Amino acid sequence: MSTLTQDQIAAHDEHHHGAPKGIMRWILTTNHKDIGTLYLWFSFIMFLTGGAMAMVIRAELFQPGLQLVEPNFFNQMTTVHGLIMVFGAVMPAFTGLANWLIPMMIGAPDMALPRMNNWSFWILPFAFTILLSSLFMEGGGPNFGWTFYAPLSTTYSPDSTALFVFSIHIMGISSIMGAINVIVTIVNLRAPGMTWMKLPLFVWTWLITAFLLIAVMPVLAGAVTMVLTDKFFGTSFFEAAGGGDPVMFQHIFWFFGHPEVYIMILPSFGIISAIVPAFSRKPLFGYASMVYATASIAILSFLVWAHHMFTTGMPVFAELFFMYCTMLIAVPTGVKVFNWVATMWRGSLSFETPMLFAVAFIILFTIGGFSGLMLAITPADFQYHDTYFVVAHFHYVLVTGAIFSIMAAAYYWLPKWTGHMYSERLGQWHFWCSVISVNVLFFPMHFLGLAGMPRRIPDYSIQFADVNQIVSIGGFAFGLSQLIFLVLVIKCIRGGEKAPAKPWEGSEGLEWTLPSPAPYHSFTTPPEVK
Amino acid sequence: MQNQPNQPNIKSNRKLISLLVLGCLAMFGFGFALVPLYDVLCEKLGINGKTSNTASNYQAITVDKNRVVTVEFISQVSTGMPWKFEPQTKRLDVHPGELIHTTFLAQNLSNRLIVGQAIPSVSPGQGAAYFNKTECFCFNQQHLAAASRAELPLIFFVDPQLPESIHTLTLSYTLYDITDKQLASAIEQGAAK
Ligand code: HEM
Ligand SMILES: [Cu+2]
Repeated sequence: MSTLTQDQIAAHDEHHHGAPKGIMRWILTTNHKDIGTLYLWFSFIMFLTGGAMAMVIRAELFQPGLQLVEPNFFNQMTTVHGLIMVFGAVMPAFTGLANWLIPMMIGAPDMALPRMNNWSFWILPFAFTILLSSLFMEGGGPNFGWTFYAPLSTTYSPDSTALFVFSIHIMGISSIMGAINVIVTIVNLRAPGMTWMKLPLFVWTWLITAFLLIAVMPVLAGAVTMVLTDKFFGTSFFEAAGGGDPVMFQHIFWFFGHPEVYIMILPSFGIISAIVPAFSRKPLFGYASMVYATASIAILSFLVWAHHMFTTGMPVFAELFFMYCTMLIAVPTGVKVFNWVATMWRGSLSFETPMLFAVAFIILFTIGGFSGLMLAITPADFQYHDTYFVVAHFHYVLVTGAIFSIMAAAYYWLPKWTGHMYSERLGQWHFWCSVISVNVLFFPMHFLGLAGMPRRIPDYSIQFADVNQIVSIGGFAFGLSQLIFLVLVIKCIRGGEKAPAKPWEGSEGLEWTLPSPAPYHSFTTPPEVK
Repeated sequence: MQNQPNQPNIKSNRKLISLLVLGCLAMFGFGFALVPLYDVLCEKLGINGKTSNTASNYQAITVDKNRVVTVEFISQVSTGMPWKFEPQTKRLDVHPGELIHTTFLAQNLSNRLIVGQAIPSVSPGQGAAYFNKTECFCFNQQHLAAASRAELPLIFFVDPQLPESIHTLTLSYTLYDITDKQLASAIEQGAAK
């Protein structure tokens, strides 16, 4: 098999069970690579859509006072921006990467459940169409923040809330199906000899992420269902008048919500653990400790949810418990950062675009971790809570964390996906524009927050004006920089220098034993694992 | 080909899938189980300021004359409800164990019948279990005809076991308009008869 040229393999595929042509290829596909591509494009479209909403937010906040949009519309923008970025951009991007990479990394022919795979992708566009169309309904779309706290989402929410609930249900079902598929694939389809402690870290981190998804997405589904029945069917889960309690909403939501933030970062850890050794030309430092650190982060993530609720009037012992547990998470996270740095230590480093994004990830994600630690200090959080400091924190961990790792992954594996090298010059442009603008965008938010500017408000007092202007300029620049990436990807698909099977000298893993582009069906015979 | 292609083993896939689906259903159930769990935990640990909604007995209680606890009353009317609702005394110094009478004033400012329900909450939350009401308007709904007013009684005592660290108890009432829910259930009952 390995002696066949790529064209011969392609011809072979065409002959037997090649892809149908045209649009039906994409609608009916059960091929993990096609579905991975669909997920990645969908995620990128959502990234631009959510980004456009962020531009509306930053334009309104460019100056104090109300200029461009109504406060209610502003609230819809912050809400839908958050929902789209979390459920439409970051999570589907990771699922797309899982689809493309996991079978190739473990030496499997495809995902274990290809038809379910097709469904789990194709219900997503419907979910987001429903969510986005609710913006055009009478009364407007969801305006209660991505966290949809009761009673904002029950007593005070627009009629379109039913659509919001329905779309979250569909997104949840999609993620759960994706997670089941990943677990079954990893457990049952590993090539002979691919033992647990030989799994690439991306596979490990995704396996753990999939368990987190199965544990908490159903709880989110329960929470939105309770909101639905409270609003439309007269139940009182969250209404004090009927014996319920609005604070309970926050407990249920964050029981989902905190593991959810780790769902959005664990696969990143896997990506960075693949890229850093490749461009340091050294094996990863501390493989086993990486696996254990990931698992302990996942377990601890169930014990810290109330750090989002320090100001709700919890008893002191609860505040302390959640404070210490939260700080404890920084330990395994620190182990990871240490291992990445140790991998680079005395390595023979080179800085192609994937490595640039990976290094930026390590530095900037750590900044986000530090602001997280500040927020974890209960008495300090009374000051920081619901200010721009929190916004700065989670954008450091999510944009320069999760999104940067996704960018790094895209650059690293693009040659494998398309068979062409991307333009390194454009890649460098994309990186430097992004990394500078993203810091202009998010770093000053720390100061706004410390000075007391509240989040999710369309207007602000005059003393915040200068810093907000800088932040908005950074925002527009970051938004525009992403168009470079779009151009780069399209160019790379269309053509470019032919990529060899292993374009990066230091990279390791089964995926690099396949030709580039990876054939439509990979590993129909299991590979030899040393 | 010596190695069989690593085709999905249908049987072990099935088993794993059913386990995972079961896990999902269990977690969906768990989300709802959090509701009673939350109530039980709050009640047992006495942490979220909910007072009992049944009358306590005032029997064999010794008054602790050496100790004074300040009790404050606050009231809120839910948004858009056309009532005035206020404590007639805002603050009282009481001895633990002493039986105290006080009243709240409610006034319906609209020109239709409105049914209200007051929900109490005590702060600090740990004090709630020691705040005992022998009689409270919050045990019942309040029907106020158009433009009428009423004095609503509250009789309570503070348990002498109240932890030493607590010097002030704040009792807050939020009043909710439940006219529509009342009407709906009245119609339902009428239909049932
Ligand atoms: C060392 C690790 C971390 C610590 C100690 C930490 C701590 C915290 C704390 C205490 C808050 C609540 C702040 C408040 O509302 O007052 C918070 C908010 C948040 N964190 Fe983290 N965090 C960490 C890592 C992460 C990571 C890795 C992510 C995601 C990838 C993340 C995403 C978020 C988000 C989205 C919020 C805000 C949620 C909202 O209110 O909308 N955090 N973090
Ligand atoms: Cu959290």
